[in-house]
Amino acid sequence: MKESRRRLKSSPTARKREVQELLKILGEKIYYQIENGIFPEIEMPSRSVKNIVYDESLKQYVVGKNRVKRSSKNIKHLRPFTQTIWLAFFVDKLIKEGKTSTLRDVYYSAQAFGIEFKDQAESDEIITDLEALLGKAREDYNVYPEERSAIYGNLTIEYTTPGHEGKRLNLASHPDGYLIGPSLSTAELIETSAKMVFAVEKGGLFTRFVENKVHEKYNALIVDTAGQPPRSTRYFLRRLNQELGLPVYVLTDADPYGMHIYMVIASGSANAAHLTELTVPTAKWLGVTATDIETYKLPYVKLTEEDIKRAYELKNDPRYRDERFQKELDVFLKRQKKAELEAFAKYSLDYIVDKYLPDKLKEV
Amino acid sequence: MRETFSEISPSDFFYRNRDLAGFTNPSRALYSTIRELVENSLDACELERILPEVYVRVIPYDPMETVDPKKYIVRVQDNGPGVEPERVPEAFGKVLYGSKYKLRQSRGMFGLGGTMAILYGQITSNKPVTIETSVDGIKRYCYKLMIDIEKNKPIIVEKKIVDSNGLHGTVVELVIEGDYLRSSTKIQEYFKHTALVVPYANITFVDPTGRIFYYPRTTIEMPPPPKETLPHPHGIDVEFMRRTIRQSSEENLAKFLSKRFHRVGLKTAIKFLQYTGIDPNRSPKSLTEEEIVNMVTAMHRYEEFLPPDAGCLSPLGENILAAGIVKELAPEFFTIIVRPPSAYSGYPFIIELALAYGGKMIEKGIKLYRFANRIPLLYDEASDVSWKVINEEIDWKRYKIPQEAPIAVIVNISSTRIPYKTVGKEYIADRPEIEREIKNALREALRKLSAYLSKRSSEEHEKKKINMYLKYLPLIANFSKELAKKSRPPNYKKLLSSGEYEGEQKKIEEFTNS
Repeated sequence: MKESRRRLKSSPTARKREVQELLKILGEKIYYQIENGIFPEIEMPSRSVKNIVYDESLKQYVVGKNRVKRSSKNIKHLRPFTQTIWLAFFVDKLIKEGKTSTLRDVYYSAQAFGIEFKDQAESDEIITDLEALLGKAREDYNVYPEERSAIYGNLTIEYTTPGHEGKRLNLASHPDGYLIGPSLSTAELIETSAKMVFAVEKGGLFTRFVENKVHEKYNALIVDTAGQPPRSTRYFLRRLNQELGLPVYVLTDADPYGMHIYMVIASGSANAAHLTELTVPTAKWLGVTATDIETYKLPYVKLTEEDIKRAYELKNDPRYRDERFQKELDVFLKRQKKAELEAFAKYSLDYIVDKYLPDKLKEV
Repeated sequence: MRETFSEISPSDFFYRNRDLAGFTNPSRALYSTIRELVENSLDACELERILPEVYVRVIPYDPMETVDPKKYIVRVQDNGPGVEPERVPEAFGKVLYGSKYKLRQSRGMFGLGGTMAILYGQITSNKPVTIETSVDGIKRYCYKLMIDIEKNKPIIVEKKIVDSNGLHGTVVELVIEGDYLRSSTKIQEYFKHTALVVPYANITFVDPTGRIFYYPRTTIEMPPPPKETLPHPHGIDVEFMRRTIRQSSEENLAKFLSKRFHRVGLKTAIKFLQYTGIDPNRSPKSLTEEEIVNMVTAMHRYEEFLPPDAGCLSPLGENILAAGIVKELAPEFFTIIVRPPSAYSGYPFIIELALAYGGKMIEKGIKLYRFANRIPLLYDEASDVSWKVINEEIDWKRYKIPQEAPIAVIVNISSTRIPYKTVGKEYIADRPEIEREIKNALREALRKLSAYLSKRSSEEHEKKKINMYLKYLPLIANFSKELAKKSRPPNYKKLLSSGEYEGEQKKIEEFTNS
């Protein structure tokens, strides 16, 4: 904690205010349409497959120029229209009251207002619609997924959650790490001595890193993505990168699915093409690469048919156009081998931290 | 060896060929007996414009006997004009005697149905038939008759006269071997069908188990009585011509043709005879056998005769059919198509077709009700021309009628001669003229049903749409009020009253059709 960095207190609260303003504009638009005898309608970017394109400069999928109109005059649209407006009303209330909600909560909450969703898939769809309509991630309007991942390291945050406002916490205080939940997501990032972030795929390795004091040795924050990271984690990684200027390094198993965990952190997913604030375009994949399996003579298992199918899919994915990724995918397909992060234990428990990590950091 | 040929009487002929007339087995025989007697009663009433009251009762002859087939007493009673007492033995005790040998639309055709039932009763039970009849309501003549089958002659077993208590009409009671167990469905169906086209009659049926089926009168309108008509030249055969000539008294052929045939005036007769090359001044009786044959052939071929006039027919008419449909089917929708008169082989006919849809009584699928001169036809449906039209000639998809839609098709053909395929009178031959008329009628009816269904569905849509608006617009209004931080919700009712939404109708229909 030699060097610390301070940032302006800002983003979460400011973002919330921005969302509230957008919601009010939406409400007024509908209000005056009705008052003027016009069936209210809303317009948003189309999320259909045809309208999702890969943006070379952003290096992620984005929605194209097509927009869809949803009119309350059209019986087919009336129900989803009402659901969307209800959701806008509901999240406005959440923000006002400083509460958060999960995707599942939203599905159930609707009933109290005379709004029906036939299943959670339908309410999730409307939540995504509102994201597209406002151009804001659901986390910005206090709706979070169930899955949680964790962070550990020397970072001081200040809560904005009602009841905890102003309270500060250093994220190195508890060795199991802290859940990246709604409170952490909306906390102000006050100061840190960290120089980098390691995002690892597995809880096991996260614990190993904490035990081996990676946070001190590398002056790093450690994030457990718990597999494919939930959006709140991706959003938090982006904040660490953008607000604190920390480079993000990703460590995954050596298989096509592991590679893709990195890719989603760096380039986002097609599902969230309507949102551009969930990615860390500068994130780097440390490994474990297909080549590493050979270099470090790691114990391996054969690629399954599904792994192979996935590898071919990724080869054709625009996010994987980079030569390095193409090469690694080729090696996977050629050698037909995959290995886990834990495989380094073959040498010793410390090997991955003391030998592998420095090697790879030099490489990138 | 020499074969022996012997003449047989008509009674004998039908005794030996009873299958032809629908008396194949005890169950069919019971059905046919009831039907023939009921039809005679209805015909008699209609001819005299009397609103029919028909009472039918079937009871076991021996209450101790339990297993079908067994003997039944069949009693059919009507309020018709009655039969002149002196004609009773011949009318009921001799085959082929009767009033139906003239060319006039009537239910029976061969004039032997009733007598056939009596004949069948006699051969299965050896019991005489009882006839009670009164023409004036004062005297009632009661006969017990048997038929001498070989001689085709009535035998009067008993005759007495009683007080009729003001009631005219006829009662026929006979004992036959029957099988109600196996014929009850058809018999009940027969009454239901009859009630459908004879809504101006009160019909009561008491079955052997004591169940009472009552079909009340719902209209007092009766179809016009059929008129007698002369035969049309297109519809005659050589034998008929020979007989007509034998009976003729006209001095020359021109007069003979114009007096004895339908649609033939003196002028037409002369023109026709010139066409055939026969001298119009010759006496009809001077024609040779060969000339008779040639003349009949020429009559069939000659196209200048006007088509037969359908004025002699007695179709049901829309009102009566409608009354029957409402009473027996209570449909959600029905339409009646009366085709203009047409003719086949010199016989005029009219097709009346009704299409009924929905309601509580019509079951899913297409149910066909066939009638010929108001007689329900219940057997051999798949051989009938109407069945052929419905199942083979009509593209139902074109009319956008959902599969399994509850539909009843009622077809009544009225003609001086129904082209039955068999003496059993159960199905109508597919004459092209008749087929064409049924097809046109059904198409027209289907167009109307189709229009009704689409109108109904668009009305339902409209209603559903308004309900949707009423459900969701207040919610939208309220949420927008909260979001915009206003004190009162916007007035959404304007949207509903403005008629603004109507433009969406078409799009929505397209959506539901896809």
